[in-house]
Order: sequence, then C-alpha cells, then structure tokens
Amino acid sequence: MPQPLNYLKETASQTAGPYVHIGLIPAMAGFDIFEKNFSNVLVTPNTQGERITLEGKVLDGTGTPLRDVLLEIWQANAAGRYNHPADRSAGALDQDFRGWGRAGSDFESGLVTFETIKPGAIIDKAGRKCAPHVNVWIVARGINIGLNTRLYFSDEEASNAADPVLNLIEQPVRRATLIAKRGERAGKVVYSFTINLQGPEETVFFDV
Amino acid sequence: MNAQAPALRDPRLNRPEPLTSPLGDGGFFQRDRSIHPPAYAPGYKTSVLRSPRQSLLSLENSVSEITGPVFGHNDLGPLDNDLIRNYAKDGDPVGERIVVHGRVLDETGRGVPNTLVEFWQANAGGRYRHKKDTYLAPIDPNFGGCGRALTDDTGYYYFRTVKPGPYPWRNYVNSWRPAHIHFSVFGSGFAQRLITQMYFEGDPLIPICPILTTIPDKDALDRLVAPLDLNASTPFDSLAYRFDIVLRGQRSTYFENRTAGN
Repeated sequence: MPQPLNYLKETASQTAGPYVHIGLIPAMAGFDIFEKNFSNVLVTPNTQGERITLEGKVLDGTGTPLRDVLLEIWQANAAGRYNHPADRSAGALDQDFRGWGRAGSDFESGLVTFETIKPGAIIDKAGRKCAPHVNVWIVARGINIGLNTRLYFSDEEASNAADPVLNLIEQPVRRATLIAKRGERAGKVVYSFTINLQGPEETVFFDV
Repeated sequence: MNAQAPALRDPRLNRPEPLTSPLGDGGFFQRDRSIHPPAYAPGYKTSVLRSPRQSLLSLENSVSEITGPVFGHNDLGPLDNDLIRNYAKDGDPVGERIVVHGRVLDETGRGVPNTLVEFWQANAGGRYRHKKDTYLAPIDPNFGGCGRALTDDTGYYYFRTVKPGPYPWRNYVNSWRPAHIHFSVFGSGFAQRLITQMYFEGDPLIPICPILTTIPDKDALDRLVAPLDLNASTPFDSLAYRFDIVLRGQRSTYFENRTAGN
C-alpha cells in the first residue's frame, strides 16, 4: 500500500428541495424574518455601468418552466473586475457593486429576473480577453447538484467569437445556448435567456 | 509565452499547522463527482426531467470561478443564528432544543474563514413555514425555520434551533424524509458553492430515503449524518450535533502555461 494522501473528501451535494426559499429568500416563502435580505437587485443608485435586466426561464425535459428554481449570478463590474481579493486585474473596483444576487422563479410563470449592470470584458491570467459574461448557478427540487452555466450577450458578437470558453464548445449550435438576447422594453435594456435542462437545445453546463 | 515553471507549494504543508487556508488564486481541485449524486437518479423521480443529458463541459478555473461573493457581519442580524428566538412571537418554539455546530473546511483540512452558511428546516412536527407546504402538521407560530452564520477565523460556525421532524412527500405513495436541515455554503470561490442536507445520527429513515440514497458512495452518505455531540451540549438546556462541511480545496498556484488548444 502506498502512503495515504489523507485529503478530506468534499461534502456530497443534496437537492435544495421545493422549500429552498425559506432559507435563501424567506419573503418568497411568505414570511419576513431577517433584518437584511439578499435579492435579485445587484445595483444601488451609485453603481457604475449600463443598467440591464436579465430575464429568463429554466425549462424541464418537457419544455415546462420550473416554478421552484433558484438562480444565483456572479459577475464582474462594468470595468471587468470581480469584487474579490483573488482578482488582481487592473480594472477599478466599484464599492457599490458586490456582483452577486439570487432570485427565485415566479411561482406561476417560472420567470426569473435580475436587475444588474452589464459586466465588462475580463482579462484572464493568461492575458486572454474574455467576453463579458455572467456566471450562473442553478438549484431546485430534482436537481441533485447545482448546475453551473454562463450567460453571454448577443450584442458582443466579436468578443463572443473570440471567447476562450465559448470556443471550447465543439458545436457552434450549442454555443448559442449561452447567449442572452438584447432587447428593450419601456426604455429599459432587457436580456432574455432560456435555460433548457434537456432536449435538442440543452444548455451547456460546466464542470467547474 | 515561455514562462517559468510555477513554483509549487505543498498543498498539505502543515508546519506550522495553519488553521485556515491562505487565499489561493489557483483553480480548485477537480471535483470528484463519484461521491455526489448523479443528475439523473430515477429513484428520486423529479430528477428525471430536470437532469441534463449532455456531458458537462470541463472548465479550467479562471478568475470567474475562483472568485465569489464576499459577505460580512453587516449582512447579518444579531439573531440570525438563533432559530429558537429569531421568529419567536409569544414564546419558544416547540421541539427538542439543539445546537448544531462544526467547521467549514476545505479538502486540505484547513478551515474556511468568514464564509456564509445558511440553513433552513421544517419545525418539530415536520412542517415548513412555506406557502407551498400543505402537510397537515401545524405551523409553529414561534418558529420561522431559517438562519445563517458567518464562520469565524477558524472556519467554525454554530446555531441554535429545534430538531426538525420527518415528513411525507410525493415520490412513492409512502415516502418520508428523514429529519434533516438544509445547508447552503459559499466558500471563497463561486466554484465551491454547495447546497446539502444534514441528517441526524440514528434516524431509521436514513437508509430508505430516495433523496439521500441518490448518493452512490456509502462513506459520502455517512458524512452527511451528524453525530450527537454530548460534550458540546448545554446541561439542562440543549443537546448538540456536530456537522463539519468540506468544500473543494484550492491550488495555490495558477498554471499559466497552456500548451494545447485554446
């Protein structure tokens, strides 16, 4: 027998279940308990950058929207800098932008929305320019381990075409599953997305 | 680019034993998916239509994965880790009073400091305070069923609550969840994000739970079962259960030499 390495093992994941709102968004469960709550609004009036709404649904294998799904997003600020000490890139930090939010889907329509800003392009440690993107984590009843994906922006065609992660996806048709479409509603910029858990248009999920 | 070979550091260096991991800027250790439940686990019927069928695309960690949200004490209130008091209206909630405590560690065995841990549960009768829960057991007017804590500088967390009850759910016609507490943990990078459930030592529903048994690895399943920790109990007040949570470890050095592909 060789020497044991003695690393600990990661704790196993379990589904977030149908009542995930109690712990993470208690107002959606129907009660008020904490003085301060996390939400789907990432911006304050002082946050720098273009205001956008991210709006979409998560569909199951029959095309039916999940109405009990919870999404979290994590993104860089308008200068392409994450609000975290391990990001040592040159972009300026924005003290009014944590870069993280969570949202539960509407119990009737399944719609998920975030109010945020469009992130800037990111320069990774290898010096490559990465297209602006939002990192997404998905949990729900029936999802045994959180799903990681990304949202890119339809108006960033040139950046997207050069993005090192999008280019890892072998089939160009699958790259399109990660592109949120830019539109406008009542003078506001809205990016729409659909996350398909299964089917011919199954979204690309990452093992990060 | 012909960069120098990176200077490696022993990821298990332990002289002197650091209590917590230094903030790394390398990628996380590759996730061992054999200890996690598969996405498609037909014994847990809801997973059938909600499980991706394509392979996950393996992604070398970039700055997008090694960073994650930072939380502080300003995000929390003083009663957030006291489920006995944080929703009490006219008295304490009904149920066995317990303390749940433990450390958030990474795979190198070191504590994960200042990380957000959130928890939620049913009340002592197995009923959730949730508009979609219609189980006949009553709501407890003094119990909300959720809380949160920030780990200290050694990765330690604790909270006070009442022991949740088991409850029936629609999977098979007679499926019951063992008593459990849901946990959400962040770590320092978004790729460490984890939701899991803690179970209680000795619960006879554990080996027949369709959700718990989605985990293919017996040891991984056992690690979700918190033992009674009598030494940490409060005499004439509360029993205690110990639940350590392990998140992925992290390389200290980012590998910049890319030799192939993109």
